[in-house]
Amino acid sequence: MGETSVDSELEALKAGDEAAFQSLIQRYHSSMFKLAMTYVGDRGVAEDVVQEAWLTCLRSLDRFEGRSSLKTWLYGILVNVARARRRKESRILPFSSFWRRDESDSHRPTVDRSRFGSDGLWSDGPSSWDNIPESKVLGEETVQQVRSAIDALPPKQREVILLRDVAGFEATEVSSLLGISPANERVRLHRARAAVRQKLEEYLNPTNSEAAP
Amino acid sequence: MNCRQVVELMTDYLEGALSAVERARFEDHIAGCDGCRAYLAQLRMARKIMGRLAGEPVPPTVEKELLEAFRSWRSTR
Repeated sequence: MGETSVDSELEALKAGDEAAFQSLIQRYHSSMFKLAMTYVGDRGVAEDVVQEAWLTCLRSLDRFEGRSSLKTWLYGILVNVARARRRKESRILPFSSFWRRDESDSHRPTVDRSRFGSDGLWSDGPSSWDNIPESKVLGEETVQQVRSAIDALPPKQREVILLRDVAGFEATEVSSLLGISPANERVRLHRARAAVRQKLEEYLNPTNSEAAP
Repeated sequence: MNCRQVVELMTDYLEGALSAVERARFEDHIAGCDGCRAYLAQLRMARKIMGRLAGEPVPPTVEKELLEAFRSWRSTR
């Protein structure tokens, strides 16, 4: 979408155009909800968080000058609301293991060593998916595998891959939304993408892959 | 560069974060390696599938509530 149409979308919203608001909801709500789940873990609470983010967006709309894109601004509000809610929830549940330490920032290999020979070349390399019908590769069952692979990621990886690959933000926008360095963003993204690919391989080439490391 | 090293550079490659020298070495390896080429294609496919998760349908009750909130915001300005 070009800059002009984004500006006109903001103008339409400010003018009270309901169809413009509905279009935003349809484009962003589902990935906002997934992102909120990363912080609060409970569906009901996540729904509240997303709703609060939308309401905050409406309340602040007249003051928003469009220095960032509407989308970036909206997700920024969501991240703030969700983080505030997580802090509140963690006071209620101090021993919640929800945001426990994980290996998201580790540089450990993402592919099982057993798949390489001692020379570092593939001994059990991935099989191309070119011969699998596209209706299967892009089918609903495959999409479900991807959903569950993302759901199983540690929160730090999940928030990055949701913003970068699901919501489609540029890498620089992701690191600034989350307040992490671009290098750190890539480390987390790399682990997350490797895990999603692994899950797809287990589904599409069941005889090919060993368990994830 | 061997395959074990190349797979760990795949994200930096896709994100355009490799130096020109690293990028050239990466591409040299990929050109001659079926396994790494398949791995890279699979990462791209994973991204393509993930992109489809963005616009999943909004539950009708949720959409209705948000549109009502919009109308009430509009009426109080």
